[in-house]
Amino acid sequence: MTTTYPQILFQNRHADRIATLEEYAASGGYEALRQMIAGGDRAQVQAAIQEATLLGRGGAAFPMGIKLSTVAADAPFPRYLVCNADEMEPGTFKDRVLLHADPHQLIEGMVLTGFAIQAAKGIIFIRPEYENAARILEREVALARQAGYLGEKILGSDFSFEIDVHRSGGRYICGEVTAQLNALMGKRPNPQQPPPYPTESGLWGRPTVIQNVETLSCVPHIVRNGAQWFKDLALTESGAGTKLFAVSGHVNRPGCYELPMGVPLSEIIEEHAGGMRPGSEFKACLPGGASTQFLTRQFYDIPMDFDSLKKAGHRLGTGAIMIFDHKTCMVAATLNLMDFFARESCGWCTPCREGLPYIRDLLQRIERGEGEAAFIPMLEEMSKYLWNAYCAFAPGAVSPLQGLLTYFRDEVEEHITAHRCPFQASGSGALDNRSQTD
Amino acid sequence: MLTEELRTALEAKIAGAAHPQEYVVDVLFALQDHYGHLTDEAVAEAAQLVGMPVVAVEELTTFYPFLYREPVGRYVINVCDSVVCWMDGHESLQNHLMERLGIAMGETTADGLFTLLPVCCIGYCDRAPAILVNKKVYGELTPEKLDDLLETLRREAE
Ligand SMILES: Cc1cc2nc3c(=O)[nH]c(=O)nc-3n(C[C@H](O)[C@H](O)[C@H](O)COP(=O)(O)O)c2cc1C
Ligand code: SF4
Ligand code: FES
Repeated sequence: MTTTYPQILFQNRHADRIATLEEYAASGGYEALRQMIAGGDRAQVQAAIQEATLLGRGGAAFPMGIKLSTVAADAPFPRYLVCNADEMEPGTFKDRVLLHADPHQLIEGMVLTGFAIQAAKGIIFIRPEYENAARILEREVALARQAGYLGEKILGSDFSFEIDVHRSGGRYICGEVTAQLNALMGKRPNPQQPPPYPTESGLWGRPTVIQNVETLSCVPHIVRNGAQWFKDLALTESGAGTKLFAVSGHVNRPGCYELPMGVPLSEIIEEHAGGMRPGSEFKACLPGGASTQFLTRQFYDIPMDFDSLKKAGHRLGTGAIMIFDHKTCMVAATLNLMDFFARESCGWCTPCREGLPYIRDLLQRIERGEGEAAFIPMLEEMSKYLWNAYCAFAPGAVSPLQGLLTYFRDEVEEHITAHRCPFQASGSGALDNRSQTD
Repeated sequence: MLTEELRTALEAKIAGAAHPQEYVVDVLFALQDHYGHLTDEAVAEAAQLVGMPVVAVEELTTFYPFLYREPVGRYVINVCDSVVCWMDGHESLQNHLMERLGIAMGETTADGLFTLLPVCCIGYCDRAPAILVNKKVYGELTPEKLDDLLETLRREAE
């Protein structure tokens, strides 16, 4: 038996098609917008979001209400809202599923947020691999405009707001706020350390709020049902709302599941994702994308919300759970992750540009059986330097490495003393170890 | 050379924009579709269209993996090599492709049909191992499915 929970973001999800505007409206969609526009009280939107403790779903868990409050009342116009649909963190695919399920909640969430900060324009920044979703959004934005939810004088009020879809050229760093702003302005997307903060001086030097797809999609539901309702969706006191968990790896049913914040990891794996594949035992997972640390068996029952993971010294990140079985070589897995980060480093600052290939090289030698005992302290030292890099990319990049050295040190040592990978035949597993149940 | 039609379409898109630079990636994609890849001429034309120095446009063409500064085949196959696909057999998939096409990663077949490139996680980890063919996703691949796909693409190209 699989425990069932209220579906909010996925309430109109169909297996084979996206929800229409009519279906979204029939489920209460655009009601929040009508109410807020009729009432005319911008502060109410922000207050509801703040009270609901809506934390950013893009990885950093920053409270959206607080971010909105940093747009000063007398901040210059035009103001912008950017929706971050870059989703390039390995393992993460929740925004893709959400956009294909019910795109109008994002559109309504953007209009409401735009209303709250008096923005003139919203821009959806989307990765090139999501061309399908980009087309869906363009089509649905046009429909929302026809219906009067978007464009000039929305629902007869004096508030006007447009939404554009911006296609990226790729690269993981474009998901970082300040790099994304540079990308949007046609510049090479290197990050730009604040201050000034984007809410003060962002796109074209104007106040700009950036939020993740899932965060913005929560907004209409919060405004319509209230902050307390949102908080009560969570299973834990510390959590609020539901979370989209993108589960992948050695489980029977990889997929994206909407579950209450605070649901135990073990329940996600065993019930919702259909358990480990035949012949596979749980060894570890990355709980929230490639830039989080490995969670081992000792955390198997941990409640999956931002606070619980933080208390345990971990991060929920994007809630993308990648599950590794007992046959996986953790050195090889970490090597793959470091290779990703070394390639995706934007190259702007030295610790990251030079440090990651160095780390990758050491790990590669260990994996090949050419490692030496001295490599371990070298890796530790190197990962410390990466905390001094220019942007948050680098500390994220070394998270799996730090997890490896904390929880799988014996495995690393075994590679070194045996001069070989003890998992040889597995790791980049054979195609046939995939379950046929999906 | 740009066709008059494409130039007019791009100019119309940019016209009236407060900041034409925001369209630079769109323009580059359009020119890439037109020329097959971003030739020196295309880069210069893009720079002129959006009013940016050529070097600023080069900073982008050398940064974004989906902008090709060198010729590519009719079908660009991007093989995901990030961690979930890695768990699910990315390596044997990639080896199979290289063997079938007789090329290494980064190369194009002699008939100009296929280019093989690595790509980072494409956001279809629930359907690992996954690849893109001209940005269209194919997931849960096996060597057999790959062979069928290559066959279909070859026939389509005839
Ligand atoms: C290297 C890097 C990549 C990121 N990629 C994304 C991304 O693809 N999508 C996203 O929403 N946030 C991403 N973030 C987080 C954003 O910087 C930012 O915190 C987020 O978009 C804000 O929205 P939220 O508060 O609604 O989550 C990334 C951060 C870093 C450092
Ligand atoms: S830490 Fe890495 S990604 Fe961030 S600015 Fe430095 S080189 Fe670029
Ligand atoms: S790891 Fe290949 S699609 Fe995500």
